Amino acid sequence: MDLLSVQNLWVKFPTRQGIFDAVSGISFNLGRERLGIVGESGSGKSMTGRAILRLIQKPGRIEADHIKLQGENLLDLAEAQMRSVRGQKISMIMQDPKFSLNPVMTIGDQITEAFLLKGSTTKAEAWAKSISMLEAVSIRDPERVMRAYPHEMSGGMGQRVMIAMMLMPDPKILIADEPTSALDVSVQRQVLDIMDGLVKERGMGLIFISHDLNLVSEFCDRVLIMYAGRIVEICEANKLHQAKHAYTKGLLNSLPRLDRPRKRLDVLTREDIWAKTDSLRSL
Amino acid sequence: MSAITIRNLEVWFGVDENRVNAVKSVSFAVDRGESFGLVGESGSGKSTILKAITGLAPTWHGEIFVDGKTLNGTQRSKDFFKTVQMVFQDPYASLHPRHTVDQVLSETLYLHQVQDIDVRVIKLLTDVGLGSKFRFRYPHQLSGGQRQRVAIARALAGEPDILLLDEPTSALDVSVQAEILNLLTDLQEERNLTYLMVSHDLPVIGHMCNRLAVMKDGEILEVMSVEDLRQGSANHSYSKSLITASSASLSSI
Repeated sequence: MDLLSVQNLWVKFPTRQGIFDAVSGISFNLGRERLGIVGESGSGKSMTGRAILRLIQKPGRIEADHIKLQGENLLDLAEAQMRSVRGQKISMIMQDPKFSLNPVMTIGDQITEAFLLKGSTTKAEAWAKSISMLEAVSIRDPERVMRAYPHEMSGGMGQRVMIAMMLMPDPKILIADEPTSALDVSVQRQVLDIMDGLVKERGMGLIFISHDLNLVSEFCDRVLIMYAGRIVEICEANKLHQAKHAYTKGLLNSLPRLDRPRKRLDVLTREDIWAKTDSLRSL
Repeated sequence: MSAITIRNLEVWFGVDENRVNAVKSVSFAVDRGESFGLVGESGSGKSTILKAITGLAPTWHGEIFVDGKTLNGTQRSKDFFKTVQMVFQDPYASLHPRHTVDQVLSETLYLHQVQDIDVRVIKLLTDVGLGSKFRFRYPHQLSGGQRQRVAIARALAGEPDILLLDEPTSALDVSVQAEILNLLTDLQEERNLTYLMVSHDLPVIGHMCNRLAVMKDGEILEVMSVEDLRQGSANHSYSKSLITASSASLSSI
């Protein structure tokens, strides 16, 4: 059975110029797989991730036929019940460690905080588990990092700390919003391998939001390509290079490549029609 | 004469047991009109080198020559800022949120003691492909790519010869990255600029640079040409693994 099923999801923001649709009627299902969502900034991919957790701030509105987590419609839950979903069942790795970590708490206090709130564990156990999670995301000298403050971390370390933090409660679904864009290629690989292992071992579902086409094509099973709040193309990740939509092709061509040196890079030309056609239905 | 020469540069932060040696005995030279890349993982000290050059690193030791002139301590002369300018990684953080594009550029031009500020602001905006209609906008009214263009315009205000680029496109989408990289290529051709570019993205470095230095834990492992990079003929095992890691994802497409 699908872990998550999203049907006809809209995210709307009222503005002085009328209603702005950040996400326009998208539908997809997530099994125990790695689903990639790619698109440029402003294409609605992060909003999709946030809408699943009902994290859209007012005056923004979420509308959907349903967002079902293992058959349970998240839209029907009260705010208090949502709290037991967020972090425990669906965990989200945010984009920027600079803004998502508390600057006045040590890393150790932050990692153990949510875990301790669940009760049933002692501080020593939480500490030990945090250390092992930090090691799992290949942080050297985790003892020192646990006592450090976020400003003492590099961006890459901060991001790995966040990943460690989100994996602590063993969630069923992990929404990773650009989890590796702040990391360098070598570390990126390690972090992806960790996430890959979790998805396979624990049967987690992963929604991987990224603007990095290469990464998604290699790492995910399926890819949704979003433009202007719509899904413009759905394809198997390893067949991304056969993509048919002009937008996907344009994105692929604008990447610099080591094996094909060029004087100038191709620049994407946008067509109005992309933002007008209806969102594709998930297979 | 090379544009930038660095010999035995050491940069450290903190004292006693908290001391972190961010850059350890690094030496390299960048020729005039060349693009030189610094690659390595986060924390390898690549940005710290740029900070040492611009005087933003409080404690350093060694020799830095820019245009043949020795730099000392953290004080930099006005001439230095007319020669060297920096473009930062994050255009969302490096522009003042309450200053319009006009204020950002006018202030910079004023500090460079330029006459006809009014004319120059428009020229700068045209040079970076924005045009005068963006002149009175605030940063929040600009997209990421447009902000980075403003940051580049600000760096160009003093007509520098050398630009230090600290991950200039890592915060941008690939489609916008292509635009900014094209802009940098064009500007270099027009003005014969020297680039010292920091990035963790090997394809970007491969596209922009002639030579590059691979860094790890504050040391330069090797300096290689971009042809070596393309062929994957690195000497050091770490640089090899970096190249494999970034070309593995490419070969599939």
